[in-house]
Amino acid sequence: MRQDHLITATQLSRADIEAVLDRARKVAADPSAYAGRHAGTVLALCFFEPSTRTRMSFDTAAKRLGIDTIDMGDVASSSVSKGESLADTVRVVEGYADALVLRHPSEGAATMAAEFVDAPVINAGDGAGQHPSQTLLDLHTIRENHGLDDLTVGIMGDLKYGRTVHSLAAALTNFDVRQHFVSPESLRLPRSVRFDLHEAGAQLREHTELEAVLSELDVLYVTRIQKERFPDENEYHRVAGEYRIDADTLADAADDLTVMHPLPRVDEIAPDVDDTDHARYFEQAHNGVPVRMALLDTLLEADDE
Amino acid sequence: MNEHELRVAKIRNGTVIDHVEGGQALNVLAILGIDGSEGLSVSVGMNVPSDRLGRKDVVKVEDRELSPSEVDVLSLIAPEATINIIREFDVAEKNRVTRPERVAGVLSCPNRNCITNADEPVETRFDVVPDGVRCDYCATVLRSDIAAHIDV
Repeated sequence: MRQDHLITATQLSRADIEAVLDRARKVAADPSAYAGRHAGTVLALCFFEPSTRTRMSFDTAAKRLGIDTIDMGDVASSSVSKGESLADTVRVVEGYADALVLRHPSEGAATMAAEFVDAPVINAGDGAGQHPSQTLLDLHTIRENHGLDDLTVGIMGDLKYGRTVHSLAAALTNFDVRQHFVSPESLRLPRSVRFDLHEAGAQLREHTELEAVLSELDVLYVTRIQKERFPDENEYHRVAGEYRIDADTLADAADDLTVMHPLPRVDEIAPDVDDTDHARYFEQAHNGVPVRMALLDTLLEADDE
Repeated sequence: MNEHELRVAKIRNGTVIDHVEGGQALNVLAILGIDGSEGLSVSVGMNVPSDRLGRKDVVKVEDRELSPSEVDVLSLIAPEATINIIREFDVAEKNRVTRPERVAGVLSCPNRNCITNADEPVETRFDVVPDGVRCDYCATVLRSDIAAHIDV
């Protein structure tokens, strides 16, 4: 990867992505070869929003590479609650760590943080913006199941606020992928993401019903529709119910359809899908470790040069 | 325009912004941060007949010249504008505005959840794209509503 930071998926070229995924493949095949490789370095986990799997998988990935991790603890008890700016926080933390992983509720937070520090910054989610490390593990999962070319991918759920969707859609434009977006009218892709997809010449179509496209898909990427996006709860239940899948829904799907989800799921994928050959979301979550090991290895290696 | 049609007086020293798209004069004043309270002598012509634009606005400001960032934003809402610097009643310089690649520090991001709206020590920065501008931080695209987000 040529960059010092990982801020958005739009910054990633096909070569960048393939380099990290090739490395992730090697890591997954022989994790012990990477053990202790970055001993003596420190990674700061700066999470201004709750996170379970992103935080834990970065922590695990770091430790498997011999990297020590530090974190800010609960935001409510940190200096942030005293009104410290993000710009100050990251400049202070840079003095403690060799790289920073940042999750923040504001869009553009990681872009700004990277302007204030020299150490590599990894965007682990900025509001409804981007989540590029999730995208790398999503792509790894797709690649290991189908390869990344001549592919039809459906992305369903909250496309407006879903940062994993924004990053994935942008990254897929590097490959020969037809993208279908399935969502309620009120949660369609935002103008900013549409802009990038058009600029990249993406092949995309939008639908309000999964049935319109399900049988064509190689991959179905499901995301959670959040209650707080709707003015009232009845409307939420009505809409969310239409974008829920179960084993029956998938009867019309291709036999080798891969169903993915960034997790956590609530009820958008029924538990009976877990027992089908389509379900890959736990495998996807587990891929977070080798992919983030590969990412950290790449960024820290580049930082040494 | 002949003397008979002249609606606003000539100025001695200052700036004349001519060929502004009809109806945009007040936004031009907003970009310049002029609301009358600073005591500058300002003349505004709105919907004046123009060969080039059909109808145009003209803004004349005595004793005030434009900064480069003001000219940049001006170019977004008035791409046809000409900027005349007047010294001792004569046109000392005449410049067309050019569309910049980016504008910094003059527009606020319409996305309330953008980091630039969060009391951080950063200036806003927008890339100029074919039909508007785009926030460098949160990627929000701003099109027809640029004038409403001028923040100088």
